[in-house]
Amino acid sequence: MARVKLPLSAAGRVHDMGGQPGGPVSIDPQGQPVFAQNWQARALAVTVAAGGLGKWTLDESRHARERLPAEDYMAYGYYEKWMAGLATLLVEHGLVTMDELRSGQLAAAGEQGVEQYDPVPPTAAQVRAAIARGGPSRRPDRTPPRYACGQKVQVLSPDSAARQPGGHTRLPAYAAHQTGVIISHHGSHVLPDSNAHGLGENPEHLYGVCFYANDLWPEQVGSKDEVCLDLWESYLVAINA
Amino acid sequence: MPHDHHDYLHSLLPPEPELRVKALETILVEKGLVDPEALQLIIDTYQHKIGPQIGARLVARAWADARFKDRLLNDTDTVLAEAELAGRQGEHVVVVENTADTHNLVVCTLCSCYPWPLLGIPPGWYKSDNYRRRAVREPRAVLAEFGLILPETTRIRVWDSTAEIRYLVLPQCPEQATHLSEDELAQWVTRDSMIGAGLPICPADTPMRKEG
Repeated sequence: MARVKLPLSAAGRVHDMGGQPGGPVSIDPQGQPVFAQNWQARALAVTVAAGGLGKWTLDESRHARERLPAEDYMAYGYYEKWMAGLATLLVEHGLVTMDELRSGQLAAAGEQGVEQYDPVPPTAAQVRAAIARGGPSRRPDRTPPRYACGQKVQVLSPDSAARQPGGHTRLPAYAAHQTGVIISHHGSHVLPDSNAHGLGENPEHLYGVCFYANDLWPEQVGSKDEVCLDLWESYLVAINA
Repeated sequence: MPHDHHDYLHSLLPPEPELRVKALETILVEKGLVDPEALQLIIDTYQHKIGPQIGARLVARAWADARFKDRLLNDTDTVLAEAELAGRQGEHVVVVENTADTHNLVVCTLCSCYPWPLLGIPPGWYKSDNYRRRAVREPRAVLAEFGLILPETTRIRVWDSTAEIRYLVLPQCPEQATHLSEDELAQWVTRDSMIGAGLPICPADTPMRKEG
């Protein structure tokens, strides 16, 4: 069957907001209930449980939220983004049809547009085990690391790093073209830029890279503060010291 | 084509968030894609079992036991695996230590990554656009909004969680608390102090404190 496939960059990277101007942080005191409202707890549970079907990766689900129309991304709260992303994933993976979303009624058996799925959902015990196990992103090294701690590197832009034009990347725009220093090496990790698009895990070396606030932000002249990011090898180019 | 605007799939659902969640849950349960008991287990886990009290116990133990602190900082994933604390959203953890001259602050500018098995579900402010925008750029101003004014001589290191590495701040043990037992120390460790948005607080000064 033909899957519904969404535009790669409907949101124009509105989620990439580090360093943009903002107002005061609305601080909820410590000790408040975990979920302000009951539906938020159910939204979390439905999302985690549906993720347990194993039809999509964490990278793909992040990308589904990032592809929301910009006005929705900005207007929605955290769990509303989750719900919207989940609706997208369910339809794109053929688990739920658009008519089912619209009507709340199940499609008749065998109806066009519904993929075969395993009718046995993960049990509570399996979900408990999956939460305890998690989903490590570390993979065996395929190549020796190109960079060593202490080395200076320059960062590409999100557009030039992303494997798909306009696609998912974990390179924030504020780091683009900046020079930083490698401070740690985390081993090889799944590359989200590839994995979010179903193009394979393509693990790459992942590094902690440290930047001077002084370099990143014009108004931070003389500051000795630092900003550290975890960046994949293909986001970086070597700089001759 | 009736569905040219299929990039708005979620707009097919009811407008109120509560009804939207209900609609998705109903469809998934009726299709046999999701087990209602599993939903209850997930809610119970994150509402009652996993929360900042777990991270607080690790911090308190590190304060009380120098050898443990050394292992927690340098062999983190092994320590967490032994304690069965390396689960979903905490598969790879780095613990960063506050010192006399460095203060650490954690953010995720691209979404809201957070060490779930150690601190539970992130608080609303951590997930807010304004925190995601400003923490990397003006951490001092953000911390001041939390009531934490740091001297200019203190270097702030902001950790932007751009990959699957999750960060936990190991705050400094307050001098007045150094003689206390591990259990007593854990009462001083707040959620915000393990994100870097606060410092440990004397439990007598936090009447609101009720972990969750």
